[in-house]
Order: sequence, then structure tokens, then C-alpha cells
Amino acid sequence: MTTTTPGPVQQTSLVFVGMPKFPTAAREALANTQQRRNLRHATHTIRDKRARVVAEVPEWEALRVAGAEAKDEALAHLGDYLEQLEASLTANGATVHWARDAAEANAIVLGIVRDQQVDEVVKVKSMATQEIELNEALEAAGVNAWETDLAELIVQLGHDRPSHILVPAIHRNRSEVRDIFRREMAAVGRPAPEDLTDEPARLAEAARLHLREKFLRAKVAVSGANFAVAETGTLVVVESEGNGRMCLTLPETLVTVVGIEKVLPRWDDLAPMLQLLPRSSTGERMNPYTTMWSGAHDGDGPQDVHVVLLDNGRSHVLADRVGRQALRCIRCSACLNVCPVYERTGGHAYGSVYPGPIGAVLNPQLRGTTSEVDKSLPYASSLCGACFDACPVRIDIPELLVELRGRVVEQEGRTAESAAMAAAAWVLSDPKRLAAAQRAATTAGRVIGGRTVRAVPGLGAWTDARDVPTPPTETFRQWWARERGQGSR
Amino acid sequence: MSARDEILARVRGATADVVTTPADRAPTAVVEETSPGRAATLDLFAENVADYRAQVVRVAASGVAGAVADALRQQGCATAVLPTGLDPAWRGAATEVVRVLDEADVRVDAELDAVDAVVTAAAVGIAVTGTVVLDHAADQGRRALTLVPDVHVCVVRAGQVVHDVPEAVGRLRPEPGLARPLTWVSGPSATSDIELERVEGVHGPRTLVVVLVDEEV
Repeated sequence: MTTTTPGPVQQTSLVFVGMPKFPTAAREALANTQQRRNLRHATHTIRDKRARVVAEVPEWEALRVAGAEAKDEALAHLGDYLEQLEASLTANGATVHWARDAAEANAIVLGIVRDQQVDEVVKVKSMATQEIELNEALEAAGVNAWETDLAELIVQLGHDRPSHILVPAIHRNRSEVRDIFRREMAAVGRPAPEDLTDEPARLAEAARLHLREKFLRAKVAVSGANFAVAETGTLVVVESEGNGRMCLTLPETLVTVVGIEKVLPRWDDLAPMLQLLPRSSTGERMNPYTTMWSGAHDGDGPQDVHVVLLDNGRSHVLADRVGRQALRCIRCSACLNVCPVYERTGGHAYGSVYPGPIGAVLNPQLRGTTSEVDKSLPYASSLCGACFDACPVRIDIPELLVELRGRVVEQEGRTAESAAMAAAAWVLSDPKRLAAAQRAATTAGRVIGGRTVRAVPGLGAWTDARDVPTPPTETFRQWWARERGQGSR
Repeated sequence: MSARDEILARVRGATADVVTTPADRAPTAVVEETSPGRAATLDLFAENVADYRAQVVRVAASGVAGAVADALRQQGCATAVLPTGLDPAWRGAATEVVRVLDEADVRVDAELDAVDAVVTAAAVGIAVTGTVVLDHAADQGRRALTLVPDVHVCVVRAGQVVHDVPEAVGRLRPEPGLARPLTWVSGPSATSDIELERVEGVHGPRTLVVVLVDEEV
């Protein structure tokens, strides 16, 4: 891909260092039949809801174009808009911090927490803080970070990892959730009710009771933001449960970690985004709650307001003229829900907090293609194109996957595959050589008969995940000569 | 080099191929969803708010006070907190049904946890999405008021209802230096985090009653 001056890539965090390549991790996930049932049910439910509410909007394509245009404009002049955002936020009474990477961002947040002399924070679900592993950093420093989104709470109490951008506990079913609540809630606060059943309404009620004391007590909250408007210095959090409103309203100090690609140039750009995001994400006309705040508001909500602008590999992606479109992503997760690969493997195999099709293009760009998992992610797709059709900001994920495959191949140099392709070119370029090769193949076919070929020595990488087609006993040319030979022509 | 300067330098280096400036951008494209007429927009608003399993009561201007009292009574509320700038007629109606606290009396947000209900006005209603937007002016109170109590009775005037999201965003554009916090509410709090099954009522008010005032009728 063509680049200008790239910034440094993101360091792979400790949680994901040494992740096996995608097919290896996926094999483990595929063997978990409970998880496959949960995933199939969840992805189909949400994709049907999305399809219904998108069909209500006749101008959907025009909206997608408007959404892509707003994000492209922000990215094209990102330096200018970041400076404008900083000025607007500062004028609104917020303190702006800049973080080159995860370690710097975590240190900034920890510094603010220490200034308040507290040992706990409440958190709104945020992809950026998951990416930098803020919870782990805070815990290492003796600060409890309480996740307050229901799914994040399930993941945190289950000592588990999120597997979906929107519904991180999508891989768990109701009885697993009940067991986690019964077992774990008491150790960190108000215990689960004795008679807790696995009804979702009862489980949500248990979370409400467990978290309420934390909301009312916490002095510091940490959030991300879905959008940051440069023109007005407005931050936006889109949510469903009200845990976001609790965190953004009740504590005295609020720290918001925002990836630099979250900037929107103008206030008016919020319109297409709020038309696109809820329908794409949860399949609703509008999500239950959206909070917008512009710095500190006198007498209402946190008075000590901080914003951390995070790079962490984003400027590296921005330098790639084709790849930069991945930074338009508004984390709706529509591409996950329609992906035939994600539906079967789940999110953990992607080795990152960003799973699914968008993860398959974002991670190798953010982190580079040196690790086993990042090298394999561009191949974690059938290139069916469903992700592009579902993307509300028109990220051409299949195009990026193919580009990234090219990059991995170039970087790897001569491989068994490139040698095989070269040999095939030599055979195919001459009819005599082709006929000889085909005769050799049918000999193999007659030997094998109707049996399935599970593996071929030397083709390990290919036959790892696929059966080899049984070679035919006769070539097309031989069949033609026999059936429609000289006489019948 | 400071982190700020380094990030800005990286970003500018990465976009060195871009030859335009922000000033070159055309006005923002507005993708409207056309209103079939005023009455239809109000009907759609009521229908979509109800679709989220919020309760919708439509009244004439003279019926608001009665609707507020009815809602508090039906929900079995004993106490309600009222924003300082709430319409005196609504306040009077609430006082006859529940013990009323004024926003100014509840200084600590945690005390709101013991209050059953809140009654507010609104800033904007959006028909296409069934959304009520609060800008937390004096008749709506600070954000915690409409967050912690379990019942929210919200009065929306017909003239505040717009058809689509772009129209709402246009109305809510902040005055320079005078930005207000905004809360967009579409039905009661909800989650679909367990097996994608929708459950109403997690952390915000579990009951939302929208009183739509048909002033134009």
C-alpha cells in the first residue's frame, strides 16, 4: 500500500502477546458447541433486527455516503480538527491530555485517579480503554476499576475476555451468567440475591442492585466517547442501560479516553451518525440513552473533566492511503453480526479487543503484520462482502483484506504457496505439460477411488483446515476424446 | 517533543498527501426523512415512544396537570422531586398526590435514590425515533434528577416535536460558549446483553411516562 510518513505501530498488549494464528485459535472455538449455539442465536437475532430497521429508511445509502464523508473529512485534516477540538474543550473547562501510546494513556489516567486519592473508579464500556488495558494497569496500581455495562460486568466477574464489540458476553448464555453472578458478586460488593434465577430480567435486576451502591459512592468515572465534535467541544456517549449516564453524571471527576479518529468536524455531522449508529448497532431506531456534554457544566455533573486523546497506532494507519478508511469505524459491530466466519468462531480467535471483519483489517494495520495472529487475520474471511454491505460508513473491508494479504505475501517472500503458484504457471503455459500433469492426477484418482483425502504431505497449511478434493479418474480432455472423439465431431 | 506536538506531527506527516483544507468542505449533507404532515408527525412520535414500551398520554394544554397527577398516582409514587423551573400548575398537581421535594432541597445526588419519581418538561421530541431530548434547562433540572428516581414523567409540547434526527440536531446546536448538557431518551433504560433478549429497566428510570400536549389541536 502507498504510504506517506507512518507513525509507529501499536505494541501488542500483554494479554494478546503470543496468540496463535487465527486458524489454530478458531479450531478451539469451533469445538465449543455451547458457544457456537450461543453465537448463532445472538448474531442471527441482531442481524434480523438490523435488517428490519434499516429497511425503514429509504435514504439509507445516502446516509452511508454522508457518514463516510464526515469521517473522511475528519481524517483528511485530522491535525487541524484535533487542534480545534482541544481549543473547544479547553474553552468549555475541560483539561486535555495527549497520549502517544497505551502506557502513556494509562499513566495519565492513573495520575488523575491518584490526585483524587481514591482506590476505585466506575467505568462506562469503552473500546479504547479495553485496547490500552486500562483496567489491568489500574489494578496493578491498587485501584479497582468497576465495569458497569451488564455484559462487561459478566465478562469481568467471569474473569473472561470480551468476544464482541457491542455485546461482549455474547458467548455466554443465561444459566452461565446466573452461575457467574452467584459465585462472584459477593466478593466485590453486594451479593446476588439468594433466589436468583436465569431469567434475563432477574439477572438485570441483580446487576442494578449490585452496581447502584458503586455509582452513588464513586468519586471518579472513566469513559470513552463515540464522537468528539471539534467545532463545539462536545463529547457523545451512546448507550442503552443508563450505566453510562450514571458514570457521566454522578462522580465529581470524569476522565474520557478518546481515540484521535473519533473526531467529527462539525456539530451537524452528528445527524447522520445518530441516524446510522443505533440502527446498525443494536437494530433500534434510536438507542435508549445518549449523553452529550461539552466540558464542565456549572452545577450539573462532574466539575473536574479530563479528556485523553489517544494515538496508539492510529497515526500509523492514517498514513496508508487505502488502509486509512478503516479509521472511519464507529464500532457498531454490524460487520461481526453478518460475518459467516465470526458467527462460527466467535471473537476470541481474533487475538484483539477488535474481533470480526473490522478486527481482521484493523489489527494488522494498528499492530503491523509481524505476529502469527496478525499475519493470519487478513485470511480470516471468505471475502463474501457481507461486511461491506452492512458497514454504515462504507469501509471496503474485502478490499482491505486483499491488500493486507498482498502485504503479508510480499513480506514473507518465497513460500510453499508462491513456489506452487510458480510451478502451476510453468505447467499451465504449455499444453503438453498440462496434459502430462492431468494424466498424473488421474492416476492418483484411480488409486484413491472414492475415499476422502484429509491431508497431503507437503500441503500441511492447506489441508490443515480443508479436505483435498478427490482427484478424478479421468481428465476432461480424456472424457472429450472418448465421448466426442474424432468420429463424432 | 511533547506528546501533543509529536502526535500532531505524526498526523500531519500521515496526511501529507492531502492538498485540501477544512475550508474547502461543502456544507454538511443533510439526509432528511420527509414529514407526511404535522398531525402524522405527532402520531408517529406517540406511536414510536409507545413502541419502546414507554407510556404515552395525549392531552390538551388544559389537561397536563391532571395527567401528571394521574401518572404519579398510577405508579404508586409517594415522593417526587421537581426541577426549580417547572410549570407551577404541574407542581400544584403533583403536590396533591405525592410529597414534593424541590431540586434545590436535594443537594446530594445519592439522596435521590430514596425518591420515587421526577416530573420534568423537555427540549425536543423526535418522531421518527420516538426520542425525547432533555437540555436540562430550569424546567428539567440537573441531569441526576432524571436519572436516579425510578419513574420519570416527562411533558412534551407538540411544538417541541420535530420529524427527524437532522431537524433535532439543528434545533439543539449549542450557542457558542453556552453549551448545555443533553440527554436523549428513547424509552426506558434497556439491555439486550443476555442472549439478545430485551429487558426494560437496568439503571435509569424503569418507567417513562410521556405526556404529549396537543397544543395545536
